[in-house]
Amino acid sequence: MTTMEGDRDITDIKFVRATAIEARPAPVPMSGARGWMRANLLSTPFNIVLTILIVLLLAWVANELAKFLIFNAVWSGTDRNACLESIQHREIGACWPFVWERWSYFVYGSYPIPQRWRVDLFFVMLAVGVVWLLWLEAPRRDLGVVYSFIVLPVVSYILLHGFELIGMPLVDTVLWGGVLVTVVVASVGIVLSLPLGILLALGRRSRMPTVKLFSVMFIEFVRGVPLITVLFMASVMLPLFVPEALEPDKLLRALIGIALFASAYMAEVVRAGLQAIPKGQFEGAMAVGLGYWQMMRLIILPQALKITIPNIVNTYIGLFKDTTLVFIVGIFDFLRTIEVARIDPKWATPVTSTTGYVVAAVFYLVFCYGMSRYARAMEARLAKGDSR
Amino acid sequence: MSIDAASRSEPAPVAFYNNPKVRSATYQIALSALVGFLVFEAASNAVHHLERAHIASGFGFWNNAAGFDISQALIEYNSQVSTYGRAFWVGLLNTLVVAGLGIVFATVLGFIIGIAQLSTNWLVAHTAGGYVETIRNIPLLLQLLFWYNAVLKALPDTRDSYAFGGAFLNNRGLVLPNPIGETGEGVFVLTIISGILAAWLFRVWAKRRQARTGEQAPLFAVGAALVILPAALFVMLQGLPFSFDMPQRGRFNITGGFEVLPEFAALLFGLSIYTAAFIAEVVRAGILAVSRGQTEAAYALGLRPRATLRLIVLPQAMRVIVPPLTSQYLNLTKNSSLAVAIGYPDLVQVFTGTVLNQTGQAVEVVAITMAVYLTISLATSLLMNIYNSQIALVEK
Repeated sequence: MTTMEGDRDITDIKFVRATAIEARPAPVPMSGARGWMRANLLSTPFNIVLTILIVLLLAWVANELAKFLIFNAVWSGTDRNACLESIQHREIGACWPFVWERWSYFVYGSYPIPQRWRVDLFFVMLAVGVVWLLWLEAPRRDLGVVYSFIVLPVVSYILLHGFELIGMPLVDTVLWGGVLVTVVVASVGIVLSLPLGILLALGRRSRMPTVKLFSVMFIEFVRGVPLITVLFMASVMLPLFVPEALEPDKLLRALIGIALFASAYMAEVVRAGLQAIPKGQFEGAMAVGLGYWQMMRLIILPQALKITIPNIVNTYIGLFKDTTLVFIVGIFDFLRTIEVARIDPKWATPVTSTTGYVVAAVFYLVFCYGMSRYARAMEARLAKGDSR
Repeated sequence: MSIDAASRSEPAPVAFYNNPKVRSATYQIALSALVGFLVFEAASNAVHHLERAHIASGFGFWNNAAGFDISQALIEYNSQVSTYGRAFWVGLLNTLVVAGLGIVFATVLGFIIGIAQLSTNWLVAHTAGGYVETIRNIPLLLQLLFWYNAVLKALPDTRDSYAFGGAFLNNRGLVLPNPIGETGEGVFVLTIISGILAAWLFRVWAKRRQARTGEQAPLFAVGAALVILPAALFVMLQGLPFSFDMPQRGRFNITGGFEVLPEFAALLFGLSIYTAAFIAEVVRAGILAVSRGQTEAAYALGLRPRATLRLIVLPQAMRVIVPPLTSQYLNLTKNSSLAVAIGYPDLVQVFTGTVLNQTGQAVEVVAITMAVYLTISLATSLLMNIYNSQIALVEK
């Protein structure tokens, strides 16, 4: 008898396990707090080292900040002696009484004290306008546009500059300063740069060669030079170019410089939006018989501006930061008031500069970060409409 | 028949003022006339103003003696003899030096932070994100003032300078040992240059061989050996071909050595740190633009994460990264004009500041300054366009 193939195989088997395999340990949990840490902080030896280093770095930064801002800070005092290490015989952090005392200077500059309610009223009116425009569920946003772009500028001008017929004394712009000037420069830049930028963008895409040439020249010229040189041009050359009777005051010159500069950047942002509109939209608008301005106003711009809102806000953030440069042509914006106050002998100590800069940094950080959050939220909201 | 004839007839007559061609011509003529009028008016007003103020016009001042000092001059400059033209070149070189170094530092820092933002390590990603959000949202001018006034000016004065390894750091700047060449310096430099050349040739050869046979070569080890060994041999045989001019601490100042101005350090710091935040965002966006499938395919082939990043993701991301990266470089160059706020003698500070004040020739001075920046910008965007057309995806 020949053995069957299967039998021979069986005889070759040398080992058969008789007992059960010991249970292996449960797999490492990849969920829950420990699992999250394992996956996101401690996945490899390199990551473990990085995590430890960063924890140490953050702990050091947090500790130094807390010491400077809170634990070693001086909270009350009347002059520099309160913040001098040699007099207080302890390590000194931030010198807050300097900020308390100079706060009104930081906000109003040298605006006459009895007239400062006008500035406060301006801030309130501006806040109302901003909220009305930015809050998308606000009632009657069409009225908000009229209020913000027509009523507000006129009333603000009368309020801040004065109008003697109704008993408000004139306040020369030389006296304006601090947050007031920063806000005025930023708002004028924001309000003017969008329409100017739209016009320039349309000009750049125009089929009329002259219009296109002038737009391109202006945009490329302004974008090719630093803002400082534009401000120098506005403050030094502009008075030469206009007749004496029309000579603008210092603040107005800076405003013109900032507005022109911002509008060139805005033009490029708007142009990008225009380029994203499919050709069919233009053709459709022309096919129903709309003229150029009707087509732009009713069909193209609403779509183009909608998709550029995040970039427009980013340009505004840049503009807001750039307002600090008016400092260099001698205007007392918020940063300049801090710069002036920090070297005042009454408060000059080794910590005064840092204290002042911390206040300024927080101010700009809050506003810019707020704007960028808003842009992100808008982006998410707009993306929702496009997702299928 | 009659219908046919009607449809072939001339289009309905359009009023003269409704003809698109006429309208377009009218608008363009009107615009040109307006711009021409404004330019003419501005020019005639300027001439009138300058005549009344007895200010010379033209570029004659270029060859006049400047008579002011510049704290940092890379080319020979003497306040008594040198001309305004010379001062212009000194300022321009200072601008280019700070911008060039700033671009290098900002790129390195920006790439590290941009990649860190996408790290799988939660802490690393969020710390990098926090850096970007904080730095981007604080004005550059404020950061420069902080570095200059609150950090560098708050350092101890000369007598209590920090000393480390022969260098001194105090509120007047950083003083470093200054290497001075001695005999054999040229041969030494030549040795190093030929070492680098040899390493590069080896790399080219190794890449070709890898493409042919798939064999890898220890690029880094061989390259380092090719550069370091001949130089080390030279030093062993001949001794160091240069000596150091060590800074000496005196009572009131430090003599000798190579001095780095605090203004320069503050500007370089501020520009690099600020621009790095923007570059990080550019890099992040570029990497995100490379489709996820590329990474997954690389992993499927068995590449490790770092090799994937270096060989697969970054080369493709560069196509998206380079154009905005260039505009960040331009921004950095233009932002270096903020030097004027902390007194670093760059083009704007020297020329639009001091020279303008001394000569009063605002139009010429501002025009020259703007022309310089315009040239840099336009030249860069020209190079950019050429580069772009070379790396652009070739489709169908």
